[in-house]
Amino acid sequence: MKALVTVKRVIDYNVKPRVKADGTGVDLANVKMSMNPFDEIAVEEALRLREKGAVTEVLVVSVGPAKAQETLRTALAMGADRAILVSTDDEVEPLAVAKIIKAIADEEQPGLIITGKQAIDDDSNQTGQMIAALLGRGQGTFANEISVEGDHVTVKREVDGGLETVRLPLPAVITADLRLNEPRYASLPNIMKAKSKPLATKTPADYGVDTTPRLKTLKVGEPPVRSAGIKVADVDALVAKLKEMGVA
Amino acid sequence: MTKVLVWVEHDGSTVKDATLSAVTAGTQLGEVTALVAGSGIDAVAVEAAQIEGVAKVLKADDAIYAHALAENVAPLIAGLLASHDAFVAPATTTGKNVAPRVAALVDVAQVSDILSVEGPKTFTRPIYAGNAIATVESSDAKLVITVRGTAFAKAAATGGSAPVEVVAAGTDAGLSTYLGSEIAKLERPELTSAKIIVSGGRALKDADTFAATITPLADKLGAAIGASRAAVDAGYVPNDYQVGQTGKIVAPEIYVAVGISGAIQHLAGMKDSKTIIAINKDEDAPIFQVADLGLVADLFTAVPELAGKL
Ligand SMILES: Cc1cc2nc3c(=O)[nH]c(=O)nc-3n(C[C@H](O)[C@H](O)[C@H](O)COP(=O)(O)OP(=O)(O)OC[C@H]3O[C@@H](n4cnc5c(N)ncnc54)[C@H](O)[C@@H]3O)c2cc1C
Ligand SMILES: Nc1ncnc2c1ncn2[C@@H]1O[C@H](COP(=O)(O)O)[C@@H](O)[C@H]1O
Repeated sequence: MKALVTVKRVIDYNVKPRVKADGTGVDLANVKMSMNPFDEIAVEEALRLREKGAVTEVLVVSVGPAKAQETLRTALAMGADRAILVSTDDEVEPLAVAKIIKAIADEEQPGLIITGKQAIDDDSNQTGQMIAALLGRGQGTFANEISVEGDHVTVKREVDGGLETVRLPLPAVITADLRLNEPRYASLPNIMKAKSKPLATKTPADYGVDTTPRLKTLKVGEPPVRSAGIKVADVDALVAKLKEMGVA
Repeated sequence: MTKVLVWVEHDGSTVKDATLSAVTAGTQLGEVTALVAGSGIDAVAVEAAQIEGVAKVLKADDAIYAHALAENVAPLIAGLLASHDAFVAPATTTGKNVAPRVAALVDVAQVSDILSVEGPKTFTRPIYAGNAIATVESSDAKLVITVRGTAFAKAAATGGSAPVEVVAAGTDAGLSTYLGSEIAKLERPELTSAKIIVSGGRALKDADTFAATITPLADKLGAAIGASRAAVDAGYVPNDYQVGQTGKIVAPEIYVAVGISGAIQHLAGMKDSKTIIAINKDEDAPIFQVADLGLVADLFTAVPELAGKL
């Protein structure tokens, strides 16, 4: 069974994003970019399934600018077998990404598609569910633990009240949550090896997908700023403040 | 008039609070029909009918809707969108699971986690862990929206008297089977509706130390307990305690952060709290940049002392 994993190039999670003065977006010039952290977890899970013998090939796909090649190379260095870059300089919304992935899935017939639960730039938390809808497959979202048994996958999901377990027939779509695994680092030899692994470049048009945004961004602004308050000297001072506030 | 279908989040017997914020957002868009889907949900439908602002309740009662499996529920909602203009769900894990599946079925770009309704098709929403707020306008014919609970007042749970209509159930998609869940019994307030929250971070060392340190303070304050991702990852508390960009979004009257550094992903989940109190031994910890009241101290002496003096 083939596994298809989606990876997005996003601002590094350690960087504090700055809103552009003209209100058109977030300043990404000279900002460190990395693989979306949830996608590292998704790649790792596919690799572990391959190591266990449940998966035979790990295909990674990114929709984005030419530089997203670096993200795909990182996934290849982690151990993925093959990559497809769907190259576009436009911002592509989750629905259009899902349509592209559906088209690729129609060609490649993966038994498992693993996405991150959320991209940390748009914070949409949509793409995996949309892929599942378009393909008419089961969805194991916010996965905390998965196990493939024969023609089914069992997914333990992180939900508001705790954990929930569902069983899906394969093929299926999984979205990776934080505690699914701890992704490996690519070793230097593997980074070298990744350079010669196959990476195909396509365009959204190759898959017949129109990426024109449906949501028009009218403005991107700063959130209300919270200013630092005061430091209290000791617990007694804190208790006094709490009493003033009517607590305790 | 815009016809808005609002997802009623429930546990099989009662309506969950998150629904009330979604109803408020829904009424800002148009006339609200509340959808109660589940199995054996008469009581929930009765409760939903009393929510202020709900004009009608649709009840889809069938075994295939138990546990809100997206594979079964999404086609139901997509069908109902033929006669409604918008689908609105709270941004709970259920809403986040179901809504995008609906959106894709009806070919609509979903607007996730809205903070405000600015116009019939215009909304604000947080991006980049809330470090930026985008104003977006949808160009789709229908709307699919999830609502951030802390950003909308809760509709009154009683006072309404909407009629309840039954909708016919579909068929089992056969794509997902619910096997079970591990839902902790809550002896204290739920995180997302609590007035006071005490959260602990990595500094709490282990599960026993976390409980021994945080619980007495939370008990004194009648507070819910939350945690940073680091504390959850290390197994001090269950996953559903996580507050942050990818955990729960909270905005209580008082948020007490104990031994939490204040990473942007954590701040994303709690910085709209009314009063933030931070206890941390590092005076340069970023949490102090958002704290109204900061105490630089070793939590293992300060927290027990605080609990003792309250
Ligand atoms: C994709 C992604 C999503 C994430 N989502 C979330 C999220 O939703 N929520 C979240 O919380 N994090 C999230 N994180 C993790 C986040 O980046 C931080 O790693 C995490 O919040 C740190 O937790 P912490 O503050 O408990 O630990 P640390 O950063 O290690 O801080 C511990 C603090 O305790 C203090 N301390 C230590 N000992 C004592 C003592 N004896 N007395 C007083 N103070 C003491 C230290 O000074 C320090 O400030 C996410 C990260 C990624 C990459
Ligand atoms: N442009 C993209 N290229 C590849 N994968 C993507 C892209 N956008 C979203 N995804 C995948 O979908 C997940 C959820 O993204 P989102 O729905 O945008 O929050 C991400 O973690 C990725 O795995």
